[in-house]
Amino acid sequence: MSEQNAPARPARRRPAEETHEGPTRAHAYVCEAASCMSLQAHDITVKLGEAAAAAGQSDVIVKRVGCMGLCAAGPLVQIPETGEMFNAVSPDAVGPIVAALKKVKPGAEKLPHGPFFEHQVRVVTENFGELDPESLDDYLGRGGYEALQKVLSEMTSTEVREEITKSGLRGRGGAGYPTGLKWTTVAKAPGTQKYVICNADEGDPGAFMDRSVLESDPFRVLEGMAIAAFAVHATEGYIYCRAEYPLAVARLRSAIRQAQRAGFLGQGIADTSFTFDVQIRLGAGAFVCGEETALIASVEGKRGTPRPRPPYPAVEGLFGCPTLINNVESFANVPAILRKGSEWYSAMGVGKSKGTKVFALAGRIVNTGLVEVPMGMSLREIVYDIGGGIIDGRPFKAVQTGGPSGGCIPAQFLDMPMTYESLIEVGSFMGSGGLIVMDDTSCMVDVAKYFMDFCRDESCGKCVPCRVGTTQMWMLLDKITRGQADLIDLAQLERLAGVVQKMSLCGLGQGAPNPIFSTLRYFRDEYMAHIEERRCPAGVCEFDAVEVPA
Amino acid sequence: MPALYKKPSPPSDDKRWKIVETRMRRMGDRPAALIEALHAAQEAFGYLDESALHFVGDTLGVPHSRVYGVATFYSFFTLKPQGEHTCVVCTGTACYINGAKEILAGLERELHVKPKQTTPDNKLSILTARCLGACSLAPAVIVDGEVAGKINTGELIARLEAM
Repeated sequence: MSEQNAPARPARRRPAEETHEGPTRAHAYVCEAASCMSLQAHDITVKLGEAAAAAGQSDVIVKRVGCMGLCAAGPLVQIPETGEMFNAVSPDAVGPIVAALKKVKPGAEKLPHGPFFEHQVRVVTENFGELDPESLDDYLGRGGYEALQKVLSEMTSTEVREEITKSGLRGRGGAGYPTGLKWTTVAKAPGTQKYVICNADEGDPGAFMDRSVLESDPFRVLEGMAIAAFAVHATEGYIYCRAEYPLAVARLRSAIRQAQRAGFLGQGIADTSFTFDVQIRLGAGAFVCGEETALIASVEGKRGTPRPRPPYPAVEGLFGCPTLINNVESFANVPAILRKGSEWYSAMGVGKSKGTKVFALAGRIVNTGLVEVPMGMSLREIVYDIGGGIIDGRPFKAVQTGGPSGGCIPAQFLDMPMTYESLIEVGSFMGSGGLIVMDDTSCMVDVAKYFMDFCRDESCGKCVPCRVGTTQMWMLLDKITRGQADLIDLAQLERLAGVVQKMSLCGLGQGAPNPIFSTLRYFRDEYMAHIEERRCPAGVCEFDAVEVPA
Repeated sequence: MPALYKKPSPPSDDKRWKIVETRMRRMGDRPAALIEALHAAQEAFGYLDESALHFVGDTLGVPHSRVYGVATFYSFFTLKPQGEHTCVVCTGTACYINGAKEILAGLERELHVKPKQTTPDNKLSILTARCLGACSLAPAVIVDGEVAGKINTGELIARLEAM
């Protein structure tokens, strides 16, 4: 599928920057992340550069940058000096941008206007939309690798771990395990060979935060991994990335090559004795490989099946050695924490959920895209203020978080702060950060069936409760959506869901019943309408014809 | 003992085998290179046939049974050649609630081809993807490598029939 899946080849041609001489009056940033790239964003970069040159504007730089976040309005072009943003640009109609560039007076960079941008707090995404993701020089110019140099020259590995612990950073992959604690466990585990793995197997449908980070700021992840390696005494690292993200993989490869050449990876990093190198491993389309023990099996070239824990990978992981596994976003937080200090970081957020979180907004929402907000922001602010509300002004029904292991949050919790704990309290799960907004055109039984179909397909088949249970639950849900079920089936479904949750080996099976539990908790009336009245309130399900008794 | 071991030679003198061999050699021809090697072979040939599986397994010292196990475990690998054109329909959550289901039903109704199948004339293969990450373009499909977003069934079928 690799060929068909490639949205576009990464830019071969260097942007106009290199040919330019003399002082710069204005910039035009063209978003070249996957979503805009699939709408010919690279042609815009080329055409805009040509048009500006043809108009005699030799003091203008047209630059390729990472994701600007507002993917729904793409392809996007921004003039940073004025904060002006152009939506849905076509490569053949760059005239208005050239005209706007003409009027620009040099000055400080401004944020684009509008509530979508103004309500956000950017830590992980601080360079998004400004940095050329394939330029190490640009990254260095924005404070890149300052944190690593500080760590290597001024700190001991214990101090680094303490700093991360004090910052309150928790795993951004979803489970929220304290990152500092994980690092300490790996550092203290016996063994001379240790590994660092970056989990970039972002399998949750509707989640694209990690992809955006890798496409927009790949050096940041490499820097975070190098700091982690220093803190846990590892010398080798792997990035396990989905093969479905060809652009992210290409940018990572380019970043690794540049970092190696500049001495930020490899032997004797930054003129110290510290050695660390990174390799990429491609996933091959198995959702279960996001689970850490399955991921390790896959990096070892085996079928991606999980194994029971303990021993945890922190003690016995890749090739039997202590292994640190963190998510892309967790690593991307690390350089900022060490540069600005743990106190700065832990001042953001609420309770035990510190810092910021990147969310991917998708579904029936106006501003589909990528946002970063402080932990504890209410769902209402995210959906309505930043997200611009529901398409066509329809009523909000629920937001689905946490992917196939998560749950649905109904309208009554719109004012709830988004933290690890509060989400679990309402029967959902932070997950990697995909927020899928649903309106009254979505049937919640059908949504539960959709996720169960996902889980039964992606179950690796190693343990029986998950392999058989997910299929049985899907059959029961299918029966309900066809109007063939009775209350006994519903009771059976609930019982089975409990069994699968308790008995499964890994997170996939344990989490698979969550969509059922949460839809039953908040939308039981929809299940009852399907069963007792043979009616789908959202008008999604089609019922079988009723058999007339002879 | 090492003198007895002879590195297997590629199934044919097709130059693309060199790419696969290089990729494996770079990882030290170790069993851990299996998935990377299969990726290389699929990139080069479009799919994995029996000779490719045997060659990769023999080079890396992995039993054929395990190579087959890995190749069939991961949905990214395909053991059958694809049609002339491919259409990948995204079935991620955002696409699903925005109408991916109708697109698949429409393709089956009009073109009589289901996901993971190829039309009898070998013209078109339909595939599905878990999530293309193009959620802002939902429902999204990829026709021969080009993303088409916010598409409806009629438009898509017209486009596929025109090919």
